[in-house]
Amino acid sequence: MQSILQSAGPQAAHIESLWWLTLAICTVVFLAILVAVAWAVMRKRRGDAATPPDISFITKKERGAELAVVAGLGVSLLGLIVLTVASFVTDRALASLGAPDLQIDVTGHQWWWDARYDDQDKSKIFTVANEIHIPVGKPVLLRLRADDVIHSFWVPNLSGKKDMIPGRDATLTLQADKPGIYRGQCAEFCGAQHAKMAFLVIADDKYEEWAAAQRKPAPQPSSDQQKRGRDLFVDGRCAMCHAIQGTTANARHAPDLTHLMSRQTLAAGAVPNSIGHLAGWILDPSSIKPGSNMPPNPMEPDDLHALLAYLGTLK
Amino acid sequence: MNPVLERTWRDPPGVVGWFSSIDHKTIGRRYLVTAFAFFVGAGIMAALMRLQLARPENTLIGPDLYNQLFTTHGTVMMFLFAVPVMQGMAIYLVPLMVGSRAIAFPRMNAFAYWVYLFGGLFIFTCLLFNFGPDAGWFSYVPLAGPEYAPGKRADVWAQMITFSELSGLLAAIVVIATVFKLRAPGMTLARLPLFVWAMLATAFMILFAMPSVMLASTALILDRLVSTHFYNPAEGGDALLWQHLFWFFGHPEVYFIFIPGLAFMSSIIPTFSRRPIFGYPAVVMSLTATAFLSFGLWVHHMFATHIPELGKSFFTAASMLIALPTAIQIFCWIATMWTGRLLLATPMLHMLAFFFILVLGGMTGLMVASVPLDLQLTDTYFVVAHLHYVLIGGAVFPLFGAWYYWFPKITGRMMSERLGRWQFWLFFIGFNVAFYPMHHLGLRGMPRRVYTYTDEMGWGPLNLLATAGAVTIAISVLLFTINAVMSLRRGMLAGENPWGAGTLEWATSSPPPSYNFDRQPIVRARDPLWEPPLGELREPTAEPTHIVGLAEHTREVLVTTVQDAIPDHRLAFPQPTLWPFVSAIAVAIMFLGSIFTPWAIVWGGIPVALFATLWFWPKREETDAAIAIEKRP
Amino acid sequence: MSHRPLDISGLPSYRFSHHSLMWWGVMGMILLEGTAFALTIAAYFYLWSQAQTWPLSTTPPELFWGTLNLVVLLLSAWPNHWTKRAGEDGDEPKIRIGLVICALFGIVLIAIRGFEFTALNCRWDSDAYGSIVWLLLGLHTVHLVTDVYDTIVLAGVFFFTQPLEGRRHVDVSENGLYWYFVVLTWIPIYAVIYLFPRVSS
Repeated sequence: MQSILQSAGPQAAHIESLWWLTLAICTVVFLAILVAVAWAVMRKRRGDAATPPDISFITKKERGAELAVVAGLGVSLLGLIVLTVASFVTDRALASLGAPDLQIDVTGHQWWWDARYDDQDKSKIFTVANEIHIPVGKPVLLRLRADDVIHSFWVPNLSGKKDMIPGRDATLTLQADKPGIYRGQCAEFCGAQHAKMAFLVIADDKYEEWAAAQRKPAPQPSSDQQKRGRDLFVDGRCAMCHAIQGTTANARHAPDLTHLMSRQTLAAGAVPNSIGHLAGWILDPSSIKPGSNMPPNPMEPDDLHALLAYLGTLK
Repeated sequence: MNPVLERTWRDPPGVVGWFSSIDHKTIGRRYLVTAFAFFVGAGIMAALMRLQLARPENTLIGPDLYNQLFTTHGTVMMFLFAVPVMQGMAIYLVPLMVGSRAIAFPRMNAFAYWVYLFGGLFIFTCLLFNFGPDAGWFSYVPLAGPEYAPGKRADVWAQMITFSELSGLLAAIVVIATVFKLRAPGMTLARLPLFVWAMLATAFMILFAMPSVMLASTALILDRLVSTHFYNPAEGGDALLWQHLFWFFGHPEVYFIFIPGLAFMSSIIPTFSRRPIFGYPAVVMSLTATAFLSFGLWVHHMFATHIPELGKSFFTAASMLIALPTAIQIFCWIATMWTGRLLLATPMLHMLAFFFILVLGGMTGLMVASVPLDLQLTDTYFVVAHLHYVLIGGAVFPLFGAWYYWFPKITGRMMSERLGRWQFWLFFIGFNVAFYPMHHLGLRGMPRRVYTYTDEMGWGPLNLLATAGAVTIAISVLLFTINAVMSLRRGMLAGENPWGAGTLEWATSSPPPSYNFDRQPIVRARDPLWEPPLGELREPTAEPTHIVGLAEHTREVLVTTVQDAIPDHRLAFPQPTLWPFVSAIAVAIMFLGSIFTPWAIVWGGIPVALFATLWFWPKREETDAAIAIEKRP
Repeated sequence: MSHRPLDISGLPSYRFSHHSLMWWGVMGMILLEGTAFALTIAAYFYLWSQAQTWPLSTTPPELFWGTLNLVVLLLSAWPNHWTKRAGEDGDEPKIRIGLVICALFGIVLIAIRGFEFTALNCRWDSDAYGSIVWLLLGLHTVHLVTDVYDTIVLAGVFFFTQPLEGRRHVDVSENGLYWYFVVLTWIPIYAVIYLFPRVSS
């Protein structure tokens, strides 16, 4: 889980190979130096402060030592060249992922992620938050932006990281070869809740079905309680920041909640997605993410239950 | 002991005298004590962080305090401990090693110390009052900019930079001028101790690198205070400008810290191998090459940004290349030890630790030098491990060894060998237990600068282990402190040269008299104390051995030529004075005021200008004394 | 074992140029401040490289005051040279005259610089272009002002403190050296601020 050494896609795999090669070379070099030092120390030629310093070395030629140092230098240079070439080869490999046909615009915010799935057909564009599904075995292009401060998109099982810098666009291509849930985390310190800005990349072998479901607007609430919940949402503070497709709430300052219940976690991976956690989050976000930009929302229990009932329909 | 010289050169007595001292040994000791105090302070911050991270979802320290702690820990360690402590070692030792009575620009040297002290006190005070900086020790924008860092925390950081950079730059000029112009006759550049070469290289690097962070932090303060737009992308500014300017300084900065560590290695290993170092010219060239190359690496801190890939590749090659000059020095030290007779006293143990810890850090450095590997490893605990291995292995262990080595010279007493060994092993083991697991944590996906993590990530056990290591380090530092304090009173008397070393600082009493040398020596070789005594030369020469002719009732210093240290002229030196201290206070007020209003530069600048003028203004008594011994060219 | 002394009491008490400690101090300042200027100019070009148009949203600075500044600064090199030589010759009456002339030039230059700031056609807070132009000009102004102040103080020393150590002559020479730095750095800075935005399109 969230590991560099468990690659599930070609980008991470190329890097992991380079890792093992580099580790091997570096281990050999490290041990060689330790052995050399240990040998020098254990030669049992001891002295102390009163031992006269051997100043014959001022004029003596030390051919043996010179040779050894030059040899060491030569071997070091060789090793460095191997490492450098291996690095460049890996660079090339990373740039050779096939042409992606899926493009997702991911924007980092303090302290959540939104992902807008782009499409030639405008009617197929949809937006999710904090949980990104991708097809298995196909390259995906991520266009990375930041809304406020610098963030960094990092899902180690699939790829190295890329910084999201306000005012600039960056891109990352990756591919997942096995279905699975890959956790990622923001990797550039971005303020109070940097520690809890995670996301999930889910390589979904039922990707098309998931995408089709995400494109649909939220269902109309059926029960009275759910209707009341919807009204509380749309007429109250929630709609000032959040959007739910199919209602009049379409603000973009906070995660899109149209399919909130389809996600595994809440608050960018801070807590699992359950009714209890959702209630706690809504009532007081700072109890889970102190410093969060979402204000507390104290409310009557009836109102809370209505709201939760409505949100529970957003599958 | 020369009573006339002693009276001429000693620090004046009393409280006023204490603030007026311009003796490089006094100032050097103050740097060392202050830097050590800041080290302990920043270490306590680290211990608190480690306690918080020992368990998943721990609630010992919340995010706001934690972010201040990690920011201040890094900031203090880098700006207020590691660089100044090395400058302090240079300030104390370089004049002695080059055979001079004094350091160049002694008043400016004192001023630089006070500015440093005030900068450090400032940031600690702010942390105690809950407005310590909290945007990381390299304070990236826009997080540290006017929009996302309300309040004064980021200004505290930026202004502390101004203090420490002013201090560092002035100290660098002092070292360069001393090394070039105040050497004992006969100490040609080819006979310069490697310690001095290293400190010279460091000082030059400081001159060229520190202006970059001064510029960066000034622009940040301006963005925050008067609405400039250097870093504001909405108005043509660029967040990456900050990174370029900061890291153009930031990468060389780690070499300001590392190269003095190399200086200690090249001083101490030969002494404890009972032979001159092998490969002196190679070491000099390696130090120079490292200094130059270090300016060509900075983009490796920015590999995860959108900079073009071709550009990044250059920096991979350069970052790999810089391993070579360090490797040369390592091989030369091994050759020295191999062919020498070793004394494994505490200072030498610390040098041996370098080969384990720094080299391991250098290996992980090669890993993060590669762009693709770095894209996984950067901003994770792997990098936290790497940076601590190179800084602690490459600088802090040699520094502690250097303290055991030169403590006798500075105080006149030996530190306890027994306590020293305990302290060494606790530090060595504690360090590895604390930081080695962090490599694994990074590989397992733990990012940097997180105040907590969940249980399910599985990072708990390694974090707990790291915390145990941190506690061990703390105990070892405590042991060191106890050793130092106890030895001050009860350590064995050291005598002039307890280690049988070869450089000039050992040719005078321990501690040295205020005037450094009874007789200023003339140098005829590297390791002047190891050359054969005159009487043993097969053909005794009539070469002079020491200088006479400098005034003794007033402060006068011999200035020599740059390359061959030929006596050039005599220079009257200033008397102790309060102006450096008073001016530093005025400067501190000006800097502090400018956190709140730009007009502080104007209003605060007036007393600064006034005090600087009074400082420079010739004093009747000093002028008359100088004229009395003056010889015009 | 014998100790043979070398008597250096016949050496002079001061020397000029790179022989003097002060020269090395001034050189150190020149190196670090030159680096700061170079980096500021690099930042200027970096911001330009990120921009679509340059200046971002205004016209280039008016040429008159900046060019007048350039001319007067270059002219000031002559009294500066004269004064520096007087210092090296130890001619105190000449030094006094020279320092006064240099100080007057300096005050005029500061006044001209004041007008320059009003003719930049941008404010420090208008956009990143305005910010970097003001910073670059401001940095040079700080050096200008501090060196003029130094010159005035030095003149004060020569007028009001007698007799003087010979070392004060070295201070005159070094002050002159630093003035050359102020003059020479203005040339590229002038080109960047005033000429570059006219040729970059």
